[in-house]
Amino acid sequence: MDLNWTPEEQAFRAEVRGWLEANVPPEPLPSGDTAKGFALHVEWEKKLHSARLSVVSWPEAYGGRGASLMEWLIFEEEYYRAGAPNRVSQNGIFLLAPTLFEYGTDAQKASILPKMAAADELWAQAWSEPGAGSDLAGVAAKARRVDGGWRLSGQKTWCTRASFCTHAFGLFRSDPESKRHRGLTYFMVPLETEGVTVRGFGRLDGDEGFAELFFDDAFVPDDAVIGEVDQGWRVAMTTASSERGLTLRSPGRFLATADRLAELHRMRGDARPSGLRDRVAQAHIEAEAYRMATFGVATKIADGTALGAESSLNKLFWSEMDVRTHEVAMDLLGEDALLENDWTKGFQFALAGPIYAGTNEIQRNVVARRVLGLPRSG
Amino acid sequence: MRFAFTEEQIALRDGFRQALLRACPPEAVRAAWDGTPGPHWTTLAELGALGALLPEEVGGLSLGLLDAVQLFEAAGEVAVPIPLVDAAAVAGPLLVAGGEFDLARALAEGSIRFAATRTERIAYGAAGTVAVRLMGGCASVLRIEDEPDLEDVVDQGRPIARLDWSAAKDLDVSAAEVFGAADRGAVATSAVLVGLGKRLLDMTVEYVKLRQQFGKPIGAFQAVQHQIVDALVNIEFAKPLVYRAAHSLDHRHPEASIHASMAKAMASDAAYGAAKAALQCHGAMGYSFEYDLHLWMKRVWALGRAWGDAHEHRARVADHLNLPKGV
Repeated sequence: MDLNWTPEEQAFRAEVRGWLEANVPPEPLPSGDTAKGFALHVEWEKKLHSARLSVVSWPEAYGGRGASLMEWLIFEEEYYRAGAPNRVSQNGIFLLAPTLFEYGTDAQKASILPKMAAADELWAQAWSEPGAGSDLAGVAAKARRVDGGWRLSGQKTWCTRASFCTHAFGLFRSDPESKRHRGLTYFMVPLETEGVTVRGFGRLDGDEGFAELFFDDAFVPDDAVIGEVDQGWRVAMTTASSERGLTLRSPGRFLATADRLAELHRMRGDARPSGLRDRVAQAHIEAEAYRMATFGVATKIADGTALGAESSLNKLFWSEMDVRTHEVAMDLLGEDALLENDWTKGFQFALAGPIYAGTNEIQRNVVARRVLGLPRSG
Repeated sequence: MRFAFTEEQIALRDGFRQALLRACPPEAVRAAWDGTPGPHWTTLAELGALGALLPEEVGGLSLGLLDAVQLFEAAGEVAVPIPLVDAAAVAGPLLVAGGEFDLARALAEGSIRFAATRTERIAYGAAGTVAVRLMGGCASVLRIEDEPDLEDVVDQGRPIARLDWSAAKDLDVSAAEVFGAADRGAVATSAVLVGLGKRLLDMTVEYVKLRQQFGKPIGAFQAVQHQIVDALVNIEFAKPLVYRAAHSLDHRHPEASIHASMAKAMASDAAYGAAKAALQCHGAMGYSFEYDLHLWMKRVWALGRAWGDAHEHRARVADHLNLPKGV
């Protein structure tokens, strides 16, 4: 165990910190989940890219700098410490990109990844359907084989920022006779394709961050398929728990929130009930626990150990920690928790954590079966 | 940055754990309830655990706390019925710091029993035990001459005696050494708690796979599964704080003491939660005296409060963060 940073890691941190201090907008941008805010966030992504900081862990050929996982964690710590804008590119860079790295052809990687890194193309996830949320294998949207490609039909929903994105990725049933996990194929679709309709709708936090997508015999070419035809479930699952994805949410975000919470308590705690002090300390402790646990996971990955069901344990911990931390802030704010501000926004966003990227009930089922070896429930 | 145990540390733990599982079966934990002092002092001395943190000159292994932290975890798994932390992590290093090498040697070889405390009470005292008391930045030593009066305790596998300390002799140690010893006590106890919690969950998983109700194992019900998973999450996230704190104490990190508090706060709560979930998932079986679960649960309750409970340690973290006191 060596909890010191190497000279290379320290130099990397210094560079990132210096650049962020010089470039992070002094005033927070409007929410990236609104049309106006999204455009400003895309500008920010381009700026990050120009400093080759948008996808640090990717190979240089695709716009990254081949950083290690530890360096990526350093980048994330610095990013959130600096209060830099939310990443509107995240569904592309954290979810689709790892899938392409594992299953994409060289041609797909070469044509898609550099534009993703440069925020020239912005990707939305189109996984859920009205009838298939936690039960993702219930996908009903269809892909029909035609000359040179496929015709897509059906509906996807709760697609984050799809109203503003240029592309989407999702699972479609390519074998009409198939049931459940079989016969699904993983597709990438430009949203301007004829036959694709995007309809934005609001989230409970008031932003138009969701959209539903309607596919009406929309044509996509053969190279819109990632991995093998009818093997989409395996493609989606092996990368859904990608180490850089949402199941290994970077600790930097939560450390920054815990620090802000301590600052809020230093400003207001004197006039608030003393019991809140204990909870602020606990929030800080939990963020540190997550940080150290993540260093442990990153060390394992660096040693070549594949991530297993611990990604579900991670997701359970960070998502519920984030809710608890924001709840303490709400209690500290007292009546001011009725007002729109960064904390109330953050609280509402935190509440989505136990729902997205596989609800926590699904994650608990995964841990029960794969870690504890308990029988299938139901 | 590298957060993982070395192969040597893992091998040391595995060997120790296997030996302990053989030497300290549940019957031995239960026997301690009847006042039968098991051969555990000798066993743990032979395995090197009592002198793990002591220098080789007094018969120790010269290990750091990080090397030994998983030994404490294994001791928790078997709910070892001796004050291993108090003796090995607190009393021993303080005796060495105070120049009491003969006592330290006796500790490492298991020829004298030791205790350590921050209060007037000690765990597992008997005539002949040498007790070390930490008070503020000072420490004193007391040899117990007569059989002490024992308190009525909840965990009867961990008897408690209240001592008259008037005959105690001051130890020549610095305040930093005393505070460091208390931090080591907190971290090593955190490791024991993690081990206890893990074993409670293991017992529970085994039980719910076998116990049938409504025509299926109760472990197939999500209401049961999810309780165990939630308890496991907290145990798994307490561990890295415990290991980090051990590393920080070894390296005299300027915030080592705060890292110790983080570990103890998290481990105390996580083990408590594991015990609670274990009992609920065992139902009336777990509530039965003849079933072993309560032996582990009561040890969790006891050690959750040893070397500072979760609230005390969170208060230290809050002080460190300069949080105001509130109204």
